[in-house]
Amino acid sequence: MSFLINVNNKNIEARDGETILDAMKREGIQVPTLCYIKDRFPSGSCRMCVVENTKNGRLVTACSTPVEEGMNIQTHSPRVIESRKTIVELLLSNHPDDCLYCVRNRNCELQDLSEELQVRERRIKGEKNTIHLDRSGASIVRDPEKCILCGRCVRICEEVMGVACIDFIDRGSKSFIGTAFDKSINTSSCVNCGQCIMVCPTGALTEKSHFTELISMLNNPEKTVIVQYAPSISVSLAEEFGMPPGVDINNIMNAALRKIGFKYVFDTTFAADLTIMEEAAELIDRVKNGGTLPMITSCCPGWVKFSEQFYPDMLPNLSTCKSPQQMLGAVVKSHWASEKGVNPENIYSVSVMPCTAKKFEAQREEMTSMGLSDVDAVLTTRELGQLIRMYGIDIKQLAPETTDSPLGYRSSAGKLFGASGGVMEAAIRTAYHMLTGEELVRFKIEPLRGMKGCKEASIEVNGLKLNVAVVNGLANARILLDSVNRGEKDIHFIEVMACPGGCINGGGQHIGASEDAVMARMKALYDIDEKETVKVSHRNPDIIKLYETFLGKPLGDKSHKLLHTNYLKRDVLL
Amino acid sequence: MEKNRESGVVMETKVREILDRYPEGRTENLIPVLQDIQETDGYLSEESVLEVSRHLKMPASKIYGVATFYNQFRFAPLGKYHVQICCGTACHVLGASTVLEEIEKNIGVKSGETTKDGLFSMEVVACIGACGLAPVISINGNFHAKVTGESIKEILDNYRNQE
Ligand code: SF4
Ligand code: SF4
Repeated sequence: MSFLINVNNKNIEARDGETILDAMKREGIQVPTLCYIKDRFPSGSCRMCVVENTKNGRLVTACSTPVEEGMNIQTHSPRVIESRKTIVELLLSNHPDDCLYCVRNRNCELQDLSEELQVRERRIKGEKNTIHLDRSGASIVRDPEKCILCGRCVRICEEVMGVACIDFIDRGSKSFIGTAFDKSINTSSCVNCGQCIMVCPTGALTEKSHFTELISMLNNPEKTVIVQYAPSISVSLAEEFGMPPGVDINNIMNAALRKIGFKYVFDTTFAADLTIMEEAAELIDRVKNGGTLPMITSCCPGWVKFSEQFYPDMLPNLSTCKSPQQMLGAVVKSHWASEKGVNPENIYSVSVMPCTAKKFEAQREEMTSMGLSDVDAVLTTRELGQLIRMYGIDIKQLAPETTDSPLGYRSSAGKLFGASGGVMEAAIRTAYHMLTGEELVRFKIEPLRGMKGCKEASIEVNGLKLNVAVVNGLANARILLDSVNRGEKDIHFIEVMACPGGCINGGGQHIGASEDAVMARMKALYDIDEKETVKVSHRNPDIIKLYETFLGKPLGDKSHKLLHTNYLKRDVLL
Repeated sequence: MEKNRESGVVMETKVREILDRYPEGRTENLIPVLQDIQETDGYLSEESVLEVSRHLKMPASKIYGVATFYNQFRFAPLGKYHVQICCGTACHVLGASTVLEEIEKNIGVKSGETTKDGLFSMEVVACIGACGLAPVISINGNFHAKVTGESIKEILDNYRNQE
């Protein structure tokens, strides 16, 4: 049922059961929000979205007050503005004044609000909190001094990621966000996904930076500094430079990376193809030889840590394949190094990822060969943006360049890794070929595409029915795995991506992107797959060559040593 | 070491006994469960919170969040001498905050904490109904009346010297 309410002296349509904010959003009427998260039950705790209902003279929170017929709302009356301004002044009263030194300078909701409400003096002085900076994690840095207690991180971590390693601790003016027993985050169940960073309005949550070491390596003549970038970077980096979402700047990015001083530029997508060769072979092996099923993908390090903590009994289900980042790193420091005649000890291997958990993955003990890390430093998409700006490179003036080969050529199937469902689609294409010797007639597997949290499909291969499922957002993984464990589902292969929508919406991507922007990135990947001719990993010429000259065959001895790994139950505070 | 481990086992079985009285996964029982545990153990240990987390199927961070919200829960075992300082109105007016400051300085811990050597623990409590004795503190149930910033030093030293 719908009726009319009056907002700022204009009648607008309101629907039964929705909130004032919902109705106003549809009409494009804006009020500031802080604790509000789209599509989540409102908490109404920050009171930033107050509006005045002139019918009864009350200030109500737009995010949590349901519409009522005949309401008369003013969104910017003097009382409303006064009250919002006071809230911001209170938030600023104990905030450290170090915007100039903050990573979120000029991309901070607290700055925006104080600008919008014209806060021009410190009227209220509060005691600054002195809760320690937590740099213990490999991926996430927490600076509670900058926290304004909006609670978004707590809710994302619990409701979307199903992790819940952080919560409000203590109360009143002593409240802060912390882990169980206020321990360092590295001993908690945090999976390093970085989704909390994506929603944090301030600089209280950021990624661990490796800049200092990277820059010294770039300037060290003895080091060969190489770089790889994940499939989703080329379609999301542009936003760091104010370009519209979904623009593919792959070859411009190559040029920028070389300008910065990276000697060789590789595409992780090549290794995505490699992962598919190994993973498809592993799937077939498990199906044919009675191995543990369902097999579950292992390229998302957020998911891998999640499973090690919450689903240790299912570790045998995880594919033993390393992730593309780690596979490329391992091939570079072994085969590539010996071909080039470079001492692996002098290679500094950098990756650019849409992901904070990749920083954690790169430093896992399992991800080393002969005492050397496969990958030495991981940058997020955001950090690559910072680096390009730091080197004074004008991205709009660069002539496109290609990647280095070998290890640079990729199929469009590998590119799909960047979107939820993409690993599955690519794996099915290659598994089909391995089983039948033929190519799929229709490459596109529509039910596995898009932003939905849980997607399922059945594929017929040689009379064999393969049931597959794709989940993104770890809370959805919980739901699926629990139902698999209860025996309610007969599934052979599951793809799990920690972040909602997959890597295009990873915790290392541009902050402040809308849902439409994320969808534009996804579409850009689908377009590449639509347009290009090499749509399957097993037809990537660099891959074929790597198997011919070095690896032998998928699941062979060399693969096992370099490209596969194992997982262990983790003892953390759950 | 061996002994500690033993007492750990004993404690865990006690927590188990408490948890067995409450159905699994029913988070609404959190507060009574924690109260029962504190009643038996004197505090909420990390192990017992984790045990509760498994039983009620509730993340440890949530339990810790709830437990720190209420003043009644502590996370360190009681010291040999447990100092309770009353901060009710009468005590407050007659200078309890000076006494509190002095205690904090003297034993080096704050309310809810226990000294490293396990000798003292401290807790700020609401009115204990002995307003005539204000400011009043109680150490292991023994009341000390009309305490001042000066006299408290002596009182604490007396306990120390009993060691
Ligand atoms: S990184 Fe992910 S798991 Fe860790 S605190 Fe943030 S949201 Fe939770
Ligand atoms: S850390 Fe950031 S997201 Fe979390 S409560 Fe603080 S300000 Fe909000």
